[in-house]
Amino acid sequence: MADVAEVTRAAAPGGGAAAGSPAIKTVDLSKSFGHTAAVAGLTMTVPRGEVFGFLGPNGAGKTTSVKLLLGLLKPTSGQAWLLGRPIGDLQTRRRIGYLPELFRYQAWLSAREVLALHCELAPLPRSSWNDEISTALETVGLTDRAGDRVGTFSKGMQQRLGLGAALLGEPELVFLDEPTSALDPVGRHDVRQIIRGLASRGTAVFLNSHLLSEVEQVCDRVAVVDHGRVIASGTMDELLRGTAVRVRVTGLAQADKNKLAGFGKVDDEADQLTFTNLSADRVPDLVSQIVAMGGRVYEVVPRHQTLEDRFLQLLDEEEDK
Amino acid sequence: MPPVLVIARLTIQEAARRRLLLALVVLTLIVVGFSAWGFHKITTVTRSDGSPLPPVEVALLTSQLLIVVTFMYSGVLALSAAVVAGPLISSEVESGLLLSMLARPVRRSEVVIGKWLGLAALVGVYAAGSAFLELVAVDWATGYLPPHPVQLVLYVGSEGLVLLSLGLVLSTRLSGITGGVIALVAWLMGWIGGVVGNIGTGLQNQAVENVGVISHLVLPSDGLWRGAIYAMEPDTLLAALRQAGTVGRANPFSAVDPPSVAYLAWVVVWFGLMLALAIWSFRTREI
Repeated sequence: MADVAEVTRAAAPGGGAAAGSPAIKTVDLSKSFGHTAAVAGLTMTVPRGEVFGFLGPNGAGKTTSVKLLLGLLKPTSGQAWLLGRPIGDLQTRRRIGYLPELFRYQAWLSAREVLALHCELAPLPRSSWNDEISTALETVGLTDRAGDRVGTFSKGMQQRLGLGAALLGEPELVFLDEPTSALDPVGRHDVRQIIRGLASRGTAVFLNSHLLSEVEQVCDRVAVVDHGRVIASGTMDELLRGTAVRVRVTGLAQADKNKLAGFGKVDDEADQLTFTNLSADRVPDLVSQIVAMGGRVYEVVPRHQTLEDRFLQLLDEEEDK
Repeated sequence: MPPVLVIARLTIQEAARRRLLLALVVLTLIVVGFSAWGFHKITTVTRSDGSPLPPVEVALLTSQLLIVVTFMYSGVLALSAAVVAGPLISSEVESGLLLSMLARPVRRSEVVIGKWLGLAALVGVYAAGSAFLELVAVDWATGYLPPHPVQLVLYVGSEGLVLLSLGLVLSTRLSGITGGVIALVAWLMGWIGGVVGNIGTGLQNQAVENVGVISHLVLPSDGLWRGAIYAMEPDTLLAALRQAGTVGRANPFSAVDPPSVAYLAWVVVWFGLMLALAIWSFRTREI
């Protein structure tokens, strides 16, 4: 369901003036492994300077999409541009940072040496290495462990190091693939702060995550993918326009509950019925019908839809198709 | 520093930090110590009448023992190169270590060549270092030095590079264990192929002899090892082998002639083909 403006079917290339081009643009990008389609016609545009959340259930093709964009995998068909240049362009990679989902760094090097290695490969001017490394270490909270071997680091610390490496050289676009998977709540909070910091200085962040609350807190725009294609996309406001209504009610038989389907999709949990996408002006009618069916209403709570509500709703709709 | 040299340096650094170099140095020193003692014993061997062996015979015995000891060194080098090269790329792909590096402006060919260069430098240093120590020990113990020590180092080192190159090609597609095992089996088969070729020469059977020729072309490790043997043989031994005709050419621990220039040119081409194959294989691999 490509229902939002940002999911475009534009045939125009992402080229042109590099500075004015979007951070990421893909047109019908597809990738198959044998007969399995991991990414099926991915079309999306990620503006510069925004935090873009890329959501989807396990196996939706999120990491494959990131690898395609970074040139680690070759697309089966379709086109994509990063910072106005076709994917795979070596020079563009100078302006990109990447924290892989499977983060692993040289265990025999110290944290400082790993960052120096990435400075060298980036490549950044040698005169800037010290400042870059110190800033990265400080940003991810590893200054005290700078001289320690990575092999002695916990998973969380290695993920912080990977994030530090991705931030070197003030990239224009940063890919973060599940950047908080190994972090504790404090670490997750820190990462959110870092992502906001990146956005404030104009860096586009492509955040690949299934932690919806995290995405909700930091992203300007999201795309939901399932089975390798975008099923919804837009700004957070556009995506969460609907209002959900939770009703605490007893005395209704299952047949009665089924009759309420006319008010929208019902999530039935014990004595709580949650109606997604129900506008406020239909709430009195809903309550009247419940009462008419003999139901005893204890509570009616309208609330804004969370990203999780919307995410589950989208996946349900997709499954019903 | 260009990425290819950064990767080469990283490969050397890893071997050093993981104490691979230290282990090889310690083991080499132990072997050199024991072999020095063994070589010294040759000079104390006497004939049945109690008189010491004449220098010619000491040199002959020493050269034969040196060939056996060098066979062990070349084996250690070949096995080490195969075991280290086998997982060189595959383990970093599987662990994800290469992901963040390949997202940098680094070509995959630079990764392959860099790793080859780094490991080749280690192979070269080990071949030269161990040969130097062993030859100094042999010289001290017996006063014998092989006629072509530099060629000896080049042939033994190149044999290690053959296994390194084969292991690297396999590493671009197969897991470290699988690649390492295949490289080891290939090395042994190459050696056996050479031995079979020797037997064919002894029997004057062209078909059997061709087994050796083909195996030397497909995997030049044994062909280079024969060059190393030739570099260690004193003139007296060579003269005796030549006089023995085809029988003299039937021994897997002797070489009557050095490898031909054409063969050495093929070895250079073989290295180029292996590197090209490794680069193509890694470039087309999806990570």
